[in-house]
Amino acid sequence: MAAVDAPRIRQERRRTAWRLGLWIAAAVLFAGLPTVFPSGTALTTMSLMGIMIVFALSYNMLLGQTGMLSFGHAVYYGLGGFLAVHAMNLAIGDRLPVPVIVVPLVGAAAGLLFGIVFGSVSTRRGGTAFAMISLGIGELVASSALILRSFFGGEEGVTTNRARLLRLFDWNFGPQLQVYYLIAAWCLVCMVAMYALSRTPFGRMCNAVRDNPERAEFIGYSAQAVRFIAFCLAGGFAGVAGGLAAINFEIMNSVNVGAAQSGSVLLMTYIGGTGSFIGPVLGAVLITFLQLMLSDATEVWQLYFGLLFITMVVFAPSGIAGILMMHAPLWRARVLHRVVPAYLLAALPCLLGLAGVSLVIEMTYRLTVKANEGSAFRFLYQPVDAKSAVPWIIAALLVIGGFWLFRRVRPIVADAFGEAMLVARRKGWA
Amino acid sequence: MLELVSVSTLNGLLYGMLLFLMASGLTLIFSMMGVLNFAHASFYMLGAFFGFQLSHWLGFWPAFVLAPLAAGGIGALVERYGLRAVHRHGHVAELLFTFGLTFVIQELVQMVWGKLPVDYRVPPSLDFTAFTVFSTNYPAYKMFELATAIAIFLVLLAVLTRTRIGLIIQAALTHPNMVAMLGHNVPRIFMLVFGVGTGLAAVAGVIAGPALVTQSDMAALLGPILFVVIVVGGLGSLAGAFVASLLIGLVQTFAVASNASLAGVLGPIMPGAPAAIRDLWDVTVAQVAPVVPYLLLVMILILRPAGLLGTRDT
Repeated sequence: MAAVDAPRIRQERRRTAWRLGLWIAAAVLFAGLPTVFPSGTALTTMSLMGIMIVFALSYNMLLGQTGMLSFGHAVYYGLGGFLAVHAMNLAIGDRLPVPVIVVPLVGAAAGLLFGIVFGSVSTRRGGTAFAMISLGIGELVASSALILRSFFGGEEGVTTNRARLLRLFDWNFGPQLQVYYLIAAWCLVCMVAMYALSRTPFGRMCNAVRDNPERAEFIGYSAQAVRFIAFCLAGGFAGVAGGLAAINFEIMNSVNVGAAQSGSVLLMTYIGGTGSFIGPVLGAVLITFLQLMLSDATEVWQLYFGLLFITMVVFAPSGIAGILMMHAPLWRARVLHRVVPAYLLAALPCLLGLAGVSLVIEMTYRLTVKANEGSAFRFLYQPVDAKSAVPWIIAALLVIGGFWLFRRVRPIVADAFGEAMLVARRKGWA
Repeated sequence: MLELVSVSTLNGLLYGMLLFLMASGLTLIFSMMGVLNFAHASFYMLGAFFGFQLSHWLGFWPAFVLAPLAAGGIGALVERYGLRAVHRHGHVAELLFTFGLTFVIQELVQMVWGKLPVDYRVPPSLDFTAFTVFSTNYPAYKMFELATAIAIFLVLLAVLTRTRIGLIIQAALTHPNMVAMLGHNVPRIFMLVFGVGTGLAAVAGVIAGPALVTQSDMAALLGPILFVVIVVGGLGSLAGAFVASLLIGLVQTFAVASNASLAGVLGPIMPGAPAAIRDLWDVTVAQVAPVVPYLLLVMILILRPAGLLGTRDT
């Protein structure tokens, strides 16, 4: 018996070693990033990314792993953050010996508690009913936030000062670099915890409830109980993210529990990919980066986000991670280079179409909202006058031409991918 | 007091009927296609803005007809070329598609008409006082809104129960596969229902636009209340949507009109506010009004998860 299992055990050990190596690499990466990008903007961006990674991963415990589409996940993030702020203010006021490092635990407790309270009424049903109930609870909390002023601080929110808490080894967490390390450490701990959780029997039961709740019930598990536990835990991790946000921004206001924040985490998670653990991480990093970068470049950046989201839903419902995973067999079989020329060919019509669409959007924006500031502006370093006909014709040509070329190129890309996949399959990698 | 009650009842009925114009389409679409149209309130907003623009160009009455047609047409196109393509990825993808659509429609509306309210006015032909209740002048435009909503409700009822297409729609609600087997083009019925449903939401937008504020956040404000309506009424139940619309319309209107607060009620018995509820002490019912529909939702979920008149669990 032992002799038969030996190769499998060896394989399992190799996988474990490989995973451990990945986590150590992630830790080294987190520790080394400030050395590579030492600027203030980079530190702020990376801190925000760390918070959003935790938030998006907690959201994916619901959407990706248990199949629960929530439109109110920011409730647990926001309430976690608010309680963390109040806890910090209490510690400052009463001079309690509480270091900043443990503040996210307050957020976790708050997220877990509210997860239990709201989860008990909302997880009775899955699917669309759950989605609507989560939306209702989100709105309930968001509109209560404007009434309960002494807790939520009204429109201005509640502020705190992280540097006045107990010092640890001469770190007062005033400078952004120290806050970055705090967030990175918590982020890594949460990532490991959530990954480990997804590998437990409970994590597998979540998958079973997602795929077929009826069969999960037949083997003796209550789908409602599984949903409830997953919901509470996701709330707890969202609370950690909220606590980290409270430390990072030193302010929490009612926007943090609102629909926009809930929508934003849904966008991140879905665009990153709900099918694998790494997806939400990619989504959080990419969307945070795009939000900061696009909001500098154009004022209608949310429109681009909406369009990107719809494009992903229609063409790539498995997200960025899903697209990458699709290429894993090609990579292992060392035939990835065969699809590169076709992809480069497909990039051209996509870029043309994108340029055309964004030219139309920017010109419309100049003619409507910004009408009193004149119709001339710069697009891709070119001066453009939205009132003349030429740029509109160019934009139309770009959109139509890009679409036509895309239709022509699509079979070529499909063929190239199919052939490469065939080779990979022959080599035994798919 | 009697004046307040009668005016609030009228306003509540009006608001409830407007809600029902939207909720009826939403619940029909949901029970037929299993798709919760997140963007339903966005079509209401499109209706209001189309109505504003067309009445600016052509006058109110052409806009009253054309704006819902335009918005419903867009709705049908969205179903035909968007939702149908996403359908194979499952219900979550469909829901997310309509969720993305709310973003895009809101941003497009902001891009074209800006973030500030537009000047969408009551047409002069309806700008007079219909009757006077005690001392309150009740505007004719509100009576027109109420009449339109009731007329559409009656037409909808007649179409659903008295015509052939209505019978097919009713059959497709419960047994879509059987209807397809009998040779009816179910995808086309879906497109029709989606187009008519979004068109009805747009009618609500066109007639409510001048009375309320026509602004780019009107969809985001109303959308969640619509979901409350159909959950409270029972998912997929048209009668339930009707009852819940009127209920929420009346409750919210009466709450807005009330100045009662804990301080006012308990003040004579208790001298000061207990520390734990100091926030709630001076808050009037009117200020709590936005929370009321969601509280109702949570109550219903605890007491009767299938909704008031709902029969099925999703």
